[in-house]
Amino acid sequence: MAASADSTMPHASGEGETRRDFLFLAAGALGAVGVVAVAVPFINSMNPSADVLALSSTEVDLKPVVVGQAITVVWRGHPVFVRHRTPAEIEAAEKVPLSELPDPQTDQARVIKPEWLLVVGVCTHLGCIPLGQKPTDNRGEFGGWFCPCHGSQYDTSGRIRKGPAPRNLVVPMKDDQKTFNYAFLTDDSVRIG
Amino acid sequence: MQTARRHNALIRWIDSRLPFVSFMEHELHEYPTPKNLNYWWNFGSLAGIMLVVMIVTGILLSMHYVAHVDLAFNSVEHIMRDVNGGWMLRYLHMNGASMFFIVVYIHLFRGLYYGSYKNPRELLWILGVVILLLMMATAFMGYVLPWGQMSFWGATVITNLFSAIPLIGNDIVTWLWGGFAVDQPTLNRFYSLHYLFPFLIVGVVLLHLVALHTHGSNNPLGIDRKGPQDSIPFHPYYTVKDLFGLGVFLIVYAALVFYAPNFFGEPDNYIPANPLQTPPHIVPEWYFLPFYAILRSTPDILFIPAKLAGVILMFGSILILMVLPWLDTSKVRSATFRPIYKQLFWLFVVDVAALEWCGSQPPEGSALLIGRVATAYYFIHFLIIVPLLGKLERPLPLPTSIGTPVLQGGGAAGGSSARMEKP
Repeated sequence: MAASADSTMPHASGEGETRRDFLFLAAGALGAVGVVAVAVPFINSMNPSADVLALSSTEVDLKPVVVGQAITVVWRGHPVFVRHRTPAEIEAAEKVPLSELPDPQTDQARVIKPEWLLVVGVCTHLGCIPLGQKPTDNRGEFGGWFCPCHGSQYDTSGRIRKGPAPRNLVVPMKDDQKTFNYAFLTDDSVRIG
Repeated sequence: MQTARRHNALIRWIDSRLPFVSFMEHELHEYPTPKNLNYWWNFGSLAGIMLVVMIVTGILLSMHYVAHVDLAFNSVEHIMRDVNGGWMLRYLHMNGASMFFIVVYIHLFRGLYYGSYKNPRELLWILGVVILLLMMATAFMGYVLPWGQMSFWGATVITNLFSAIPLIGNDIVTWLWGGFAVDQPTLNRFYSLHYLFPFLIVGVVLLHLVALHTHGSNNPLGIDRKGPQDSIPFHPYYTVKDLFGLGVFLIVYAALVFYAPNFFGEPDNYIPANPLQTPPHIVPEWYFLPFYAILRSTPDILFIPAKLAGVILMFGSILILMVLPWLDTSKVRSATFRPIYKQLFWLFVVDVAALEWCGSQPPEGSALLIGRVATAYYFIHFLIIVPLLGKLERPLPLPTSIGTPVLQGGGAAGGSSARMEKP
């Protein structure tokens, strides 16, 4: 024991890079790898579980929704506004010049079929649910939706026109932000997600 | 204070106001530790690590578990099947309980063998027994949460133990249940307490460590350190030794979790709880079996009915550890220098193993007879043998210091046991 301790001493007092430093770093690195290997599944356990992901699409029957009416469906725990727009509402939405919009986007880019507008019913300001689904609701100056929390006003295309919200009401889009994340299965039904 | 000077200005600034760095350096780095500790001294730190593992996995599991009689069983299956990595969390937690008890029981027997409970470490030992009791309560309540058949009937049997208390027993049981049977209120409060108790354990563990660091670790020779030549700093010598032991321990733990996760489990607990039907053979988890055996083997004692006597002896078998420092009259700590105690210690280990076996068997025939003999011997060991042996036994001469046998036997590769017999 004493002999082996002596033989390592010159190294320790030498350049500063010793076998002990190497072992220390190697053991530390292996320990770090082990901690990460355990931490990843532990943290991942808080991500959506298989049963939550299985519920990520919702089918909606559109037949009972007449022109001018709107319904709210639940998709991934959020309300989705499904509005059967009148020709006047479509026209109003389409003729707005983009220069008037805080978050410029054409109406055509926000719908698959102009008579059906689908937007996630969550105000882009701080997450309240805007009013405007019922005919008796306050729909704001632009005939779309009005958020009671901080007074954001949306038009008949769900675009922000006035108030603190920075963005238009979100249209369900796939991760690439180019294709719609809903599809008409028939003329009378749509699947979201 | 001196050590903090090595650090940069920010750490020095903080340290002079909140001496956390100096505290850690004092207690984990310089902390003088006997230089002859063997691997049986690894189990204290392993127990601390298991406590952390149980709390971390438990917090993550509680994010998915539902404490409701209709949903609890399914929520556990949800964890197993749907939650990302949920099967691993649950198996780590479930087998972690077993590993925790293995570690703590070894730690406890280590203390019995080397006399770690003796002056001046009596309170250290008593705090350890308190931790053991809290662990048992925590493990029992945790076992109820999956709401399988064994959960339900285990909870029924164990809570019914309190009905043995004369006069107020039944009222206590109703109070524990929050109803007239084990049901929703029971499950809900067990969940609440199962989450609370581990943090109580953390608190008592901190006291355990304060008591430990007051006089330092006992050691295989059981003699006090005479000076700095008998000590080495905790870091790096025992941090490295503890880490190596941890590596070996984790291999065993991982093998259990990944290759035999239900080794310690009962298949009946994968049947949802049914309050109208008891499984044919109920057994508690392995770590309760010796105490369960004591409970069931106890006959009527004088005017005390068997039911009450069993409960008294079962709790007494643990509580008796608290007075062990005063039952043991021997001034010599380590069994190394107590030739008779050393043999009787192993006889006691065999006795506990026999109780473990009896607890797993139906209480009839030879199992019942062995259980009774082993129960009697358990108490004879503590109440008669240990007090008398301290007076009658002639211990071997103790070495003059920890350093002496090491230096005299220097260079021998025989390890600590070879050294210890030298003097």
